[in-house]
Amino acid sequence: MNEQTKKILNKYLHADRDSLIPILQEIQESEGWLSESSLTEVGRHLNMPVSKVYGVATFYNQFRFQPQGKFHIQVCRGTACHVLGSATVLQEIQKALKIKVGETTKDGLFSLEIVACIGTCGLAPVININGNFHAGVTTESLSEIIESYKEKINI
Amino acid sequence: MSITINVNGNKIEAKAGETVLNVLSDHGIKVPTLCHLKNMFPTGSCRMCVVEHKNTDKLITSCSAIVEEGMEILTHSPRVTEARKVIVELLLSNHPDDCLYCVRNGNCELQGLSQELCVTERRIQGRRNKLPIDTSSVSILRDPEKCILCGRCVRVCEEIMGVACIDISKRGSQSIVSTAFDKGLNTSSCVNCGQCIMVCPTGALTEQSHFAEIKEALSDPNKKVVIQYAPAISVSVAEEFGLEAGKDIAGIMNAALRKIGFDYVFDTSFAADLTIMEESSELIKRITENKNLPLITSCCPAWVKYAEEFVPELIPNISSCKSPQQMAGAIIKSYFADKVHIKKEDIYSVSIMPCTAKKFEGQREEMTNKGISDVDAVLTTREFVKFVKLFGINMHEMQGETADSPLGIRTSAGKLFGASGGVAEAAIRTAYHTLTGSELVKFKIPEIRGLKGQKETQLQIGDLKIGVAVVNGLANAKKLLDEIKAGRKDIHFIEIMACPGGCVGGGGQPINLDEQAVKDRIQSLYRIDDTESIKVSHKNPDVIILYNEFLGKPLGKKSHELLHTEYQKRDVII
Ligand code: SF4
Ligand code: SF4
Ligand code: SF4
Ligand code: FES
Repeated sequence: MNEQTKKILNKYLHADRDSLIPILQEIQESEGWLSESSLTEVGRHLNMPVSKVYGVATFYNQFRFQPQGKFHIQVCRGTACHVLGSATVLQEIQKALKIKVGETTKDGLFSLEIVACIGTCGLAPVININGNFHAGVTTESLSEIIESYKEKINI
Repeated sequence: MSITINVNGNKIEAKAGETVLNVLSDHGIKVPTLCHLKNMFPTGSCRMCVVEHKNTDKLITSCSAIVEEGMEILTHSPRVTEARKVIVELLLSNHPDDCLYCVRNGNCELQGLSQELCVTERRIQGRRNKLPIDTSSVSILRDPEKCILCGRCVRVCEEIMGVACIDISKRGSQSIVSTAFDKGLNTSSCVNCGQCIMVCPTGALTEQSHFAEIKEALSDPNKKVVIQYAPAISVSVAEEFGLEAGKDIAGIMNAALRKIGFDYVFDTSFAADLTIMEESSELIKRITENKNLPLITSCCPAWVKYAEEFVPELIPNISSCKSPQQMAGAIIKSYFADKVHIKKEDIYSVSIMPCTAKKFEGQREEMTNKGISDVDAVLTTREFVKFVKLFGINMHEMQGETADSPLGIRTSAGKLFGASGGVAEAAIRTAYHTLTGSELVKFKIPEIRGLKGQKETQLQIGDLKIGVAVVNGLANAKKLLDEIKAGRKDIHFIEIMACPGGCVGGGGQPINLDEQAVKDRIQSLYRIDDTESIKVSHKNPDVIILYNEFLGKPLGKKSHELLHTEYQKRDVII
């Protein structure tokens, strides 16, 4: 078992099923995603069938089952962004990268997540890639943004 | 305490604490249900069972609501029936429209409800989820597109089987019943028992069919096609052909199977007798050597797989005897093949089992002899019924015939294998004879008969005191095995069957949620035992000949080679 996961589980020594979500949150926090082996370990630790752990984990949007890409894209789905077209932005990103929310591109470059309002409503619709905000995203600017990140890799 | 409620304008007495649904059904008022499973805790998730609660003017789910004094209920008001209809329409909104091609056509609860509630058009159009069928298991097929997420399979798998290899994952319109990581049943701890199929209201769950292969073998002039049927089968199918429910139709089956084109027909109960010869000797050996006790039966392949996954530390306790299906297969392709001068390569060996796990067992590595499988294909009881109809056999016209010889005779002890407790009872009868040289005065052991999940008794056989435990339902087995692991020492022999009631309640049986059907089948087996004269396996004349001519003695070299095997820990996602 991975050291980080072991440490987290050790904090929950006599835990029962009620601790499942906090444990999953901590693991995702530390590893960026929930791997099959982490979920299996959690099941063993809580004496819970892995099918149940998987069932609960996949119920929540917050959990990822693929490692984050080099560039992690967060699309704001708050009200202001929504009004200004974040649904289209999300759709365009999914189309351009051929992934859905929660997934990572095969080359491991990009991953996608939706987040509730990130508090920069003035910049709507906004996306955040590895901490950099991109404001007023349009279909055109989006492909430029994505290209610019791809180029970073080529340098 | 008794209270009074008002249902559809009539006063009804009800026991306090009961659910509304139970009270209604006790009074013959039928309310449709979907997620509800009798004798299990209600989840109240499908809302199919809604009734109108006049006191609050609300619709309540009758399966989970508890009766209250003065409650006024309407079970079929326009509001209620409309609500139920909408529920069905919603379920149908993303359901495939291929009833004509579905295994459950004519026997589907969703179809039934749609008819009952007069759904005649698609008013609600939902988006179909395109989802692949899980074909990874050799026993069970899961078609998620036909799943209406009632959750019954999930609960049976967890609460009755103690396996819990499936759960509802994801959410909203994406929800699906899946194994961990959606990797398919074959990577999971699924024990292939098929109890999920038995409770599924739709065609989402069914067995992997061996229909085509068997038909092909039947039309291959170079193949001799041999068939055997498990002890439970002949008492489980009469009603499917319009004959008296629970009736033993072994003779009719023999005739029908020959008419279909099978070259030789056997009752697996013969091999059950053989199993008893080997297993009772094994029991005596282990008790005298005080080794690997308690001895645990190995007839149920669902239990064996469970053990390999969940309690590998108990594998040494499991009997090394193959199951009757596999013993019959092994003897057919050796002794019998020689007798009738057929090469074993030319034999295609089929079995009819009340069981989906037998499909898995049939293809196990351990169940082959120099690369040749003991059993080539397995039909469930359900498939057998279809087979008979497909070949246009009229069971009413069939004259009873006997099974083929040699191996054609069975005792009533062998027949008892079909019911929970039967293997233990048959084994004790023969062990008693081996140890004391005389026969039991009373053959029946009532303490280990019946539908109860866990049964026990202590028996005095000669100088030995033997503790016997019988469990059905793997969740019950787990409880007992936990006690054994914790050091319980008074049990020497354990019979474990995965399915409720034993194989008569198996996952390959006709789909019928009525517990009475299982009871009738058990009664039928006991009737056979009461009325027939050879009640002990060691008196089976064909078994005696088989040992004299071929096997030598129980646990001997030949037996070891053909009739015994061993198991190993199995790594799956648990
Ligand atoms: S076959 Fe048995 S173990 Fe497998 S999923 Fe169905 S109920 Fe569970
Ligand atoms: S597979 Fe069948 S039993 Fe299981 S949830 Fe779906 S419809 Fe219900
Ligand atoms: S109890 Fe019988 S029918 Fe059920 S899985 Fe075991 S062998 Fe098969
Ligand atoms: S049967 Fe009552 S809610 Fe499903």
